[in-house]
Amino acid sequence: MDDLIVKTITRLIVPFIQLYGIFIILHGHISPGGGFSGGAILGSSIILFTLSYGLERASKKVPHKISAILESAGILWYIFIGLIGIALGGTFLANQDSGFFMGEAGRILSAGMIPLLTVAIGIKVASTMVTLFHTIIEED
Amino acid sequence: MVYLNVVLVLFLIVCAIAVERTKDLLGAVIIFAAYSLVMAVLWLLMKAPDIALTEAAIGAGVTSILFIAVISRTRRMEK
Repeated sequence: MDDLIVKTITRLIVPFIQLYGIFIILHGHISPGGGFSGGAILGSSIILFTLSYGLERASKKVPHKISAILESAGILWYIFIGLIGIALGGTFLANQDSGFFMGEAGRILSAGMIPLLTVAIGIKVASTMVTLFHTIIEED
Repeated sequence: MVYLNVVLVLFLIVCAIAVERTKDLLGAVIIFAAYSLVMAVLWLLMKAPDIALTEAAIGAGVTSILFIAVISRTRRMEK
């Protein structure tokens, strides 16, 4: 599809969608939202880019190899953070038992390892959305 | 507020029946997106804003786009 209006609007609006997604991911532990919804918004911004600029340019921005690596890295990062809980004497994903501090409304850096977990889920979900869409619309 | 809830739930039921009865698959996907949007408003009214956020992003956005991509690779009308 080659349309000037759609391309210009997409170019203007994609950074704001991504900023909103990152905002939701980073505030996941103290406000509504979290890794899954923020990651879906981040992924849908790339899907919007693919729809208006075509698969070829989008594959240059987010190559299939990099999104696959990010997908695996997200879940490995999640498991690694979970194992920290065991290493510090609690259960898997233990937060308070292993000595981290709890969440406090209004402060981003306040909930121990939960923000790191939401970042991991956000990266995983965003790259999964992009990989799914690019795989489906790929020409054989 | 009660009347708004009743109207939204009625719209939801009509949408759910219409999705099942439509022969045009593209139309069914669009009705399904409307269903998801109304469901997101209902989640918000039931004081679950995080679920509403997810429903609006996944249900109305990504799922419709994936369905439309699949329809563009196959055929539009149901047999």
